[in-house]
Amino acid sequence: MLLIPCPHCGLRNEDEFVYGVASTKKRPADPSAVSDAEWADFLYFHDNSKGRVRERWWHARGCQQWFMLDRDTLTHRIFGADAGESA
Amino acid sequence: MKRYSIFSLIRNALSFHDGWERVWRSPDPRPEYDVVIIGGGGHGLGCAYYLAKDHGITNVAVLEKGWLGGGNTGRNTMTIRSNYIRDVSVPFHDYSIELYRQLSRELNFNIMFSQRGMVTLIQSAASSRDAMRRANTMHIYGADYRVLSVAAVKKMLPILATPANARFPVVGGVYQPRAGIARHDAVAWGYARMADAMGVHVIQNCEVTGIDRVGNRVVGVRTTRGAIKANKIGIATAGHNSVVAAMAGLRLPIETKPLQAFVSDPVKPILEPIVVCGGYGAYLMQSDKGEIVVGGAEDPYPSYQQRGTYAITEEIVSGMVETFPIFKRMRLMRQWGGMVELIPDSTPIIGKTPVEGLTIDIAGAGGFKTIPVAAKTHAHVIATGHQHELARGYGLDRYEKGRLVLETGVGSRDLRRV
Repeated sequence: MLLIPCPHCGLRNEDEFVYGVASTKKRPADPSAVSDAEWADFLYFHDNSKGRVRERWWHARGCQQWFMLDRDTLTHRIFGADAGESA
Repeated sequence: MKRYSIFSLIRNALSFHDGWERVWRSPDPRPEYDVVIIGGGGHGLGCAYYLAKDHGITNVAVLEKGWLGGGNTGRNTMTIRSNYIRDVSVPFHDYSIELYRQLSRELNFNIMFSQRGMVTLIQSAASSRDAMRRANTMHIYGADYRVLSVAAVKKMLPILATPANARFPVVGGVYQPRAGIARHDAVAWGYARMADAMGVHVIQNCEVTGIDRVGNRVVGVRTTRGAIKANKIGIATAGHNSVVAAMAGLRLPIETKPLQAFVSDPVKPILEPIVVCGGYGAYLMQSDKGEIVVGGAEDPYPSYQQRGTYAITEEIVSGMVETFPIFKRMRLMRQWGGMVELIPDSTPIIGKTPVEGLTIDIAGAGGFKTIPVAAKTHAHVIATGHQHELARGYGLDRYEKGRLVLETGVGSRDLRRV
């Protein structure tokens, strides 16, 4: 059971949250102006590293805010959380 | 290779079993091969086998960082089925069942394929409609999929509980008679033995640490046992495909999450078919040793730990005991996890990559059931340079083209819960 440090609510059990995506990319302002490769990259090609990643998480059963979590996918160590690029 | 048979068994029994051959040779890696397959699981070993058998390409090495089938091939719940819904998915998965059916004979190795059938419980109106649609699609492709009444389901599953206050009442079922299970380790070993007999080098304890390129073309790999040159490299490292692909500068649209499974103590025969409880995201079968094998939906967040979180174990078990209360007192013997790679459209990715000479076989959530057909079609593209007809539309380039094959037949949970 991960204890996740929500930036607004503090440490809460993992089952209060919904995992989003391991991506810090922002949605292109005009999708029709970017190439197919860039659009596919934004939609589907995320960070699946075996190690430290930045992930978007949603505190579904709490403050209902999205935030960035800095976590290691092998050790599950959590380095921190912030509102960051999720805004 | 001395073939296994009742005669070889008798002969060896009479000579104190001193005469059995090594099942594969385990040679030292050569400096160069025509083809290097990275990953010694079912998909990698199968690919090497079909390269030799279908295409006569035998100057091949399969490199496995650990022991054969030690990855997802050794961690799945052995389910083989073809109840999918897309035009390209049904023939692909159905052909896999056909290959499995005769694989023991083809590989001269008992993979213990048991076509015991699979019942999926219908526990919502939405899944009822989906089941009908799926059944109709499968009938078009000649695959058998029968809709069952609650009474018919209870006849097949005497231990099914249908209380009036069930959280997800069973309103019917669907049955695929040709679905089954096979001994997963045996599939890897059977392919390894035959591939080795045909000249393929099966090399364990050999971890690939880098993929060398000249321009946009692969020229070889670096491993813990030295450098190996090859102009054709196939990746089949389920769970670690992103890690290995990154060595060639390649990114993949996948997410590695744990998929848990557990087995009980052996119990008397009580469950004949495989049962999928869609409403709860749990599925069960009884192994030939009598253990109840249980699996469920994947864990909700990425992990490379091959364990899974207890929260999901609890969720799977609660679904299991609600459906089969008789199992409440059963002891669970062992729990583990694999690393399932989730794909955006839940359809395998097989074929070429943007890097010349580099191909990949990513099964996604249906890895064990697709071993024969995926390995065969992967071998085809390595040998001929063209995508196999059965795997048309499975290329990695489909995301950029917007041609996703949106499949929803995977997994055991039909309600997406938040």
